[in-house]
Amino acid sequence: MQTWSLVSICVLLALVVRWGVSLNSYSGAGKPPMFGDYEAQRHWQEVTYNLPLQEWYFNTTENDLMYWGLDYPPLTAYHSLICAYVAKSINPEWVELHKSRGYESPKHKLFMRATVLVADLILFIPAVVLYCLYLTDGSSRKKVSTLFCFLLYPGLILIDYGHFQYNGVSLGLALWGVLALGLGWDALGSLAFCLALNYKQMELYHALPFFCYLLGKSVQLGLMGRGLFLLVRIASTVLGTFALCWLPFLSDPDHAMQVVRRIFPVARGLFEDKVANTWCSLNVLVKVRYILSSDSQIYLSLACTLLAVLPSCVRLLTKPTFWQFKLALANSSLAFFLFSYQVHEKSILLVALPVCLLLNDLPLVAIWFLHASTFRGLTACAGWFEAMWFTVALSKHDTEDMKHDASVSEGRSAGALRCDLAGLPVLQHLFTVSTGALFRGYLETGSLPQAAFLPPQTGPGLDREMEVLHQRRGHGGSELCDCRSGSSITSA
Amino acid sequence: TVTVMAAAGSCSWFPPLALGVSLLKCLFINAYHSTDFEVHRNWLAITHSLPVSRWYHENSSVWTLDYPPLFAWFQWSLSHVAQHFDSNMLRVENLDYVSPGAVLFQRLSVVFTDGVFIYGATECCRCVQEPKEQRDVLSRPSFVLAVLLLWNFGLLVVDHLHFQYNGFLFGFLLLSLAKHLQHRHLQGALLFSILLNLKHIYLYMAPAYGVYLLRSYCFTQDHRDGSVRWSSFSPLRLLALGAIVTSVCALSFGPFVAMPALLSLWGGPRGPRAFLRVLLICSLGSFLFGWHVHEKAVLLAILPLSILAVQNREDAGTFLVLTTTGHYSLFPLLFTPAEFPIKVLLMLMFTIYSFTALRKLHSGPGRLLRPLEYAYLLGLNAVAITCEVALPLSPWQQTLPFLPLLVTSVYCSVGVCHSFLRLYVSLLRPEEKPKQL
Repeated sequence: MQTWSLVSICVLLALVVRWGVSLNSYSGAGKPPMFGDYEAQRHWQEVTYNLPLQEWYFNTTENDLMYWGLDYPPLTAYHSLICAYVAKSINPEWVELHKSRGYESPKHKLFMRATVLVADLILFIPAVVLYCLYLTDGSSRKKVSTLFCFLLYPGLILIDYGHFQYNGVSLGLALWGVLALGLGWDALGSLAFCLALNYKQMELYHALPFFCYLLGKSVQLGLMGRGLFLLVRIASTVLGTFALCWLPFLSDPDHAMQVVRRIFPVARGLFEDKVANTWCSLNVLVKVRYILSSDSQIYLSLACTLLAVLPSCVRLLTKPTFWQFKLALANSSLAFFLFSYQVHEKSILLVALPVCLLLNDLPLVAIWFLHASTFRGLTACAGWFEAMWFTVALSKHDTEDMKHDASVSEGRSAGALRCDLAGLPVLQHLFTVSTGALFRGYLETGSLPQAAFLPPQTGPGLDREMEVLHQRRGHGGSELCDCRSGSSITSA
Repeated sequence: TVTVMAAAGSCSWFPPLALGVSLLKCLFINAYHSTDFEVHRNWLAITHSLPVSRWYHENSSVWTLDYPPLFAWFQWSLSHVAQHFDSNMLRVENLDYVSPGAVLFQRLSVVFTDGVFIYGATECCRCVQEPKEQRDVLSRPSFVLAVLLLWNFGLLVVDHLHFQYNGFLFGFLLLSLAKHLQHRHLQGALLFSILLNLKHIYLYMAPAYGVYLLRSYCFTQDHRDGSVRWSSFSPLRLLALGAIVTSVCALSFGPFVAMPALLSLWGGPRGPRAFLRVLLICSLGSFLFGWHVHEKAVLLAILPLSILAVQNREDAGTFLVLTTTGHYSLFPLLFTPAEFPIKVLLMLMFTIYSFTALRKLHSGPGRLLRPLEYAYLLGLNAVAITCEVALPLSPWQQTLPFLPLLVTSVYCSVGVCHSFLRLYVSLLRPEEKPKQL
């Protein structure tokens, strides 16, 4: 079958699965007074629409930072503003200052879910399609199966469409950055990545590999000639992007500092909640949180993170190839996840993205990691060991090994459908997504999803008649006789 | 005709297809469901709580039991599992009862009973003639048929969103057809009689069954006197079936319209494929001319046509027209905004797949459809945008609320009638050998 039709079927299925998950409950549904991430996003739309820019990140009488204050960089705020404009045009009650707190309705849920889908459709999905078609090697069948697995990764779907977040935007922008670097467009790649950084500060997990790759490439081209030119171009792109995003906040240095303080809350402690990283696991045996002072904790985590990241980054500096870059992305994000300060469990998505990039090259390792990353309870213990094994496996792998593996496996399975890459993992993805969607609702609301039950849309007057008509048409059991009038089969 | 079974061991792709679609169905558990949900809940309550003598008398709910007894027993057996999910749903007085447990149970019961449909699809795929040369999996007729059956848009949307048990019932139909294609007529007849006792809508197909079995099974040789039949055991059961068929023949115009087709079936032994064609004409004829027909009944024609479509070029063309229009005509069933993306995306998926797969399967000179047919199907896009988006948002929504439904029905009726005529023409044309792919 033609590639385009297979690709469109993959994308359509990915969209159906996403929307199917979004029919279920979201974080904090029906749970006053704080609700959850869904309410946080709605609140940011309210704040950005109604308040002037200067007050967005400050604690004022109109803006209570204790109730879901903005703690992402400015691009998230601008995105919320755009969504707020759309929301206002549909129903002003959704973003009314103060009065719309805790607003929940089926139409509003539809709107919010739609914003996530639109963002994915514009940013994340095209990037994935282009990556799988142009930056992976193998037959077109293999590329399509990689695309299938990538698009159906359950973790991102469950968090974005179940719990409710916009990780697809930041991950999509980062992926565009990777795409551009892979195609040799360095300035555009850095532009995309800077935008990703300005959307969610967690993208810093990916920053070191980008930096080392571009620096290494410039060094390779010669610091006295084209390399310097490249370096200057990239530096100016980065500075320009940051300036553009932070422009409204740069007029007042205090203002900028407040934003930085909001997005890097150092006061929160080494870890919060149960996360599958070193400190949380170590805390079970050695109470790190109580033995060390807050400052020492910061220095310890910094040291460990840098130590873990150093080998791959140094390697990347000396040998800036795209393959090394992908490996370094995975390694760096995993190291940050394991050793960094105040890691949130959703940060595993930042590791999952580079691992998805490696689906084509290291299928078994990648698939196993992606599964471990999805399950909440499992990651607490198995994830750590799995991650260390994965990191070791990465450091041993070299380009030559990868090419050898690929040719051997191609020879074995020539002519047959690559079920090992597409069939089983995709099934496992679908299983994870569907059970995850069901039980996420259970975990959020404490009972099988209740908030998701929408009664048939009714309204006064004509709507009611339409409703009755659809009710009558809904039951088609009496094809041969009119059950209401009581006439039987034999009378025509 | 000799049917070639698909090579054993090449069906490793079937379980992932079946399992994948089952998992997808689970995602729709919390989606919109129609009043049919309450219908089946009420029947669970009736069969569980009341004695058998009261089942067809109970009428405290407006949705009285109006399926044949075998379906009532099916609901009765389901009710024993239901009590472990939520025993309150089994009380007859709990009209319009909805709870998370009830929804979960009902949705999962549809997914599980679809196992019969999956088994039926397996059997049908085994009856499909495979081409001589070894092709890659995606281009094999059995693979294409499996996708067209298991991932059928109409079934997904009607069973797992709107809520019904059509998968379970069609499974019996597919099994019966498969048995006839394998010349195991006794088993096929038994399965069809079970199906008739599960849902009487399949009476539409009874004329085809009756005539075919009478002619090709009861008369073991041509030009033989009918009295030879009486000595064997099965014709008695078949005679009873034929008696039922003739007694309900007077009910609707469908069988009258199908008469020339039935005569052609009687004209000479033409094998199971001709029987399948006549069956389709009976179903589609009844859909077109029958009494109190529901749009879901178009599935009665679409699903069996899939079997012919992967084998025959002409049928593939008819299939594409009928399926696209028939599936689009199901859109008004799901009118809630939350389910709008699902129906559009699933419809696109199925349509893209059926067009590209069937075109690849029947690659050859010329196209599968005539230009006018392509133009008509493309026009469906305009109809969709008008009826789903433009009209509901326009001021006419208040004054002419039924206009979208009218436009949909009228436009789709053209396609369905055209497919009916195409089927008739292909039947009455002298039978050609099934094209070797």
